[in-house]
Amino acid sequence: MKKKGIGLAAGFYPSGMSGGGDSSQALVKIQPDGSAVLTVGSCDIGQGCKTVLAQMAAEVLGLDYRLVKVVNSSTDLCPLSMGTFASRVTYVDGNAVILAAQDAKRILLEAAAGLLEAAPEDLVLAEGRISVKGSPDKTKTIGEVAGAATFGMRKLIVGLGHYMRDPSHPDPETGACDPFATLAWSATLAEVEVDTETGQVDLLRLVTSYDVGRAINPLLAEGQIQGGAAMGVGAAFSEDLHPYYPSLDFQPTNLGDYAIPTSLDVPDVESVIHECPSSHGPFGAKGIGEMTANCPAPAIVNAIYDAVGVWIHELPASPERVLRALEEQGKS
Amino acid sequence: MELKVVGHRVKRYDGLAHVSGETRFVDDVIIPGTLTVKALRSPVSKGLVRGLDTSAAEAMPGVAGVITAADVPCNAYGMVPEQPVLVAEAIRYKGEPIAAVAAVDEDTALEAVTRIRLDIEEQEPVLDPLEAMKPDAPKVRPEGNVYMYGQRPFRQIVFGDVQTGFKEADLIVENEYFHPSMEHAQLEPQVSLAVPEASGRLTIHTVSQALYFHLGMLCGILQMEPNDIRCQAWAARTGSAWRHNAGFSDLNLAGGTVGGGFGAKNDLHADHVTALLALKTGRPCKWRWTREEEQLYSTYRGAWRMTIKDGVKKDGRIVARQMKSIRDAGSYTSLNAYVVDKHCFLAAGPYFIPNVYVQGYCVYTNKPPASSMRGFGVTPTTFATEVQMNRIAAELGLDPWEIRFRNAFRLGELTPTGRVVSSAALVEVLQKLAAQAGVDLPADLKALTSARKGEAS
Amino acid sequence: MYSIELKVNGRPYSVMVDLKTTLLEVLRDKLFITSPKVGCNTGDCGACSVLLDGRLVRSCITNALTAAGREVTTVEGLARPGEIHPLQRAFHEHYAAQCGFCTPGMILAAKALLDENPEPTRDQVREALSGNLCRCTGYVKIVDAVMAAAQEMAGAGALKAGRG
Repeated sequence: MKKKGIGLAAGFYPSGMSGGGDSSQALVKIQPDGSAVLTVGSCDIGQGCKTVLAQMAAEVLGLDYRLVKVVNSSTDLCPLSMGTFASRVTYVDGNAVILAAQDAKRILLEAAAGLLEAAPEDLVLAEGRISVKGSPDKTKTIGEVAGAATFGMRKLIVGLGHYMRDPSHPDPETGACDPFATLAWSATLAEVEVDTETGQVDLLRLVTSYDVGRAINPLLAEGQIQGGAAMGVGAAFSEDLHPYYPSLDFQPTNLGDYAIPTSLDVPDVESVIHECPSSHGPFGAKGIGEMTANCPAPAIVNAIYDAVGVWIHELPASPERVLRALEEQGKS
Repeated sequence: MELKVVGHRVKRYDGLAHVSGETRFVDDVIIPGTLTVKALRSPVSKGLVRGLDTSAAEAMPGVAGVITAADVPCNAYGMVPEQPVLVAEAIRYKGEPIAAVAAVDEDTALEAVTRIRLDIEEQEPVLDPLEAMKPDAPKVRPEGNVYMYGQRPFRQIVFGDVQTGFKEADLIVENEYFHPSMEHAQLEPQVSLAVPEASGRLTIHTVSQALYFHLGMLCGILQMEPNDIRCQAWAARTGSAWRHNAGFSDLNLAGGTVGGGFGAKNDLHADHVTALLALKTGRPCKWRWTREEEQLYSTYRGAWRMTIKDGVKKDGRIVARQMKSIRDAGSYTSLNAYVVDKHCFLAAGPYFIPNVYVQGYCVYTNKPPASSMRGFGVTPTTFATEVQMNRIAAELGLDPWEIRFRNAFRLGELTPTGRVVSSAALVEVLQKLAAQAGVDLPADLKALTSARKGEAS
Repeated sequence: MYSIELKVNGRPYSVMVDLKTTLLEVLRDKLFITSPKVGCNTGDCGACSVLLDGRLVRSCITNALTAAGREVTTVEGLARPGEIHPLQRAFHEHYAAQCGFCTPGMILAAKALLDENPEPTRDQVREALSGNLCRCTGYVKIVDAVMAAAQEMAGAGALKAGRG
């Protein structure tokens, strides 16, 4: 017999290293032709940090996004970042990039002030141009200003940014501390169909909802949501590194035996993004990279209960576990 | 203020390179003369190395160099600096590297590994954290099998008083949960290519997720100062006797383009070995782990046993939550003490609970070190507390939506670590989920906001 | 050692192989074509996928000798130099590549599908790609991209046939 069920799970996740003290730096260099090079120390592991950091720099500098090049390729070339983990890069590197871009902007405006015979505070930087407020005909391109600054004024247009949250250590008695910059919120609904004769559980639908503070790039946010959902589906159904835990017997040694989801295992994950801005986040953004993997598995387990009335307290909810639970239920 | 770039669905910065096959990962870096590295790994979970003879391997044609613990200047690294690059004497897990070979090709390297003579005194391992916590358990590490948080063998979170809370409760709901170990299974395996440069520098092409984090660790292992004066003793190093710590050397970690991480590449796996072999042989050395090595010996999400005891009111409010969590850390601390901390800080879930007590244990067993994986301590607790939430709802005859709305954090409420929630949105996130999923919430739930709790019922 | 000749992306090559050499080793180590990846070397993940005489194969478990006299296509050979194949464009526009490691193999798997079935359903796309693992994307945008590419290619085909 096949039975359907629906399950719900909620969650939350912080941005940045727990306990703070994780630093990121950024450097924005305006080339003599007005394009920009952004150097950061964080790695792109697929999440797309080069994209969102370039977007932030382009926004501050009023540049076409395609004119911002990102270099993150070595410790020789790039300033320090603690690394790409703890859902920290958008948040911490983002703040450092904004500061660096604002610093570069300040130098640009100082240079432009000379050329346009106006005070820096009366200048506007937008769409690749620096103009005098109220006198749009008094304008130069960023390239013209950068070129003049480099060759005529001996200015080095390099902006520096550094962001770090002060460390907070837990009280040894109570654990009291302020470990997180901000919290992001999540919820997931799963619909499953359980075959009571085989224990097989099919995932019919996965609907997700995430607060990300501000989606710097909604396309990339969806990528994290869908990719995280797949990891959660794997946790729910098939992934177990020690199937005879705690022994090492029959550990899966290849990607056939350690069964991560294939294109047949993940439905068209639906998502809705909510924005509750973080007061300290870059443009209000919060991290998203990790929390997307957390809610699917409990939502699926709760859906199994809704379908057939058994609780699964150990992942994965393999057909064997589901059948055993049904057997126990049948006995009682 | 209208944003021109931020908030837009801008196409991926390096997307064209990905789809055209141009993106260069570490394994795609081709340097002539690169040697292939293979490791000799322990066949037992616990034991003592009583004899290690690499001479037959070193004498093989095509073998450029072999390293053992004796070749490692500082053979202890990690956030707790206890993990050896290569085992000196005490083996802590099956698969732990004991020696490494650099040879002209893979076949030669594999053959050379088989010619290393290894004598081991096998010992009884402990694989179950519950066994490891017993006083008479085999010692995984000399300091004991449980990480000490100050004077205590666990991290403790105390918020309010759970005993009072339990007395106020209408119902106690207590359950155990288990979250298994998981592999990241990122498509790009651990790969490292260490290249000796002129004038004493070493460039390591790395899959690290944290270049500077590992730069610091590697400098400690190699006893190099980051970016110190270029080594003028490099000439001495190109002779048959090579030395570290000749004073000054440089290390450059090149990377930033990683074929999937998910936390797999926050620990050193190969960079320290390739660096040592590159320094010893004077040749570029590449170590690409096999998928089997990745599955069995790389870091992974360690398993968690969690017990939750909740005191709840009939209306679904959780008034007390007591949790005990045991993390199977494997045989080295790595990031385990830190993951237990994060787990404890967030264990009680996205809900305001006035009385919380959490104990988090970091327990060592004779398995490869567990470490970071996407979700880092919060994944297991989300599983446990969210199933627990539905169990509570079922026992009280409440709707799973309603019970979450009732308990969800509101602005200004305190987390169990005493932090004010300054950005709260679970109520709105749940409402939007319901709308998207086609669930018609009752009017009173639709009217809620994160700004304040609804009227107490 | 044996000398074999094969074509890769339209160009003829002559390489030395032994009885154990895999097609993946030929491509990466001898011809320096690095888009097919070493993900597992046991034929489980699909990151090494290439087209051999138009058929999708896992080059890591394909003996190089069996490729003698045949044509291999990697992702670099999908379009003329300076141009981009509709599948590549669709993958880029629909954000079907995150870390990019599985992407070359995934695109070729999609090409093999569309060569055989130019108007697949989403389910058929999922079936055809089920041998190519991806840990980053969750596959949804990959399916979106293949469907979009199929539509573009069908439209172009219709134009060619004078039905446009």
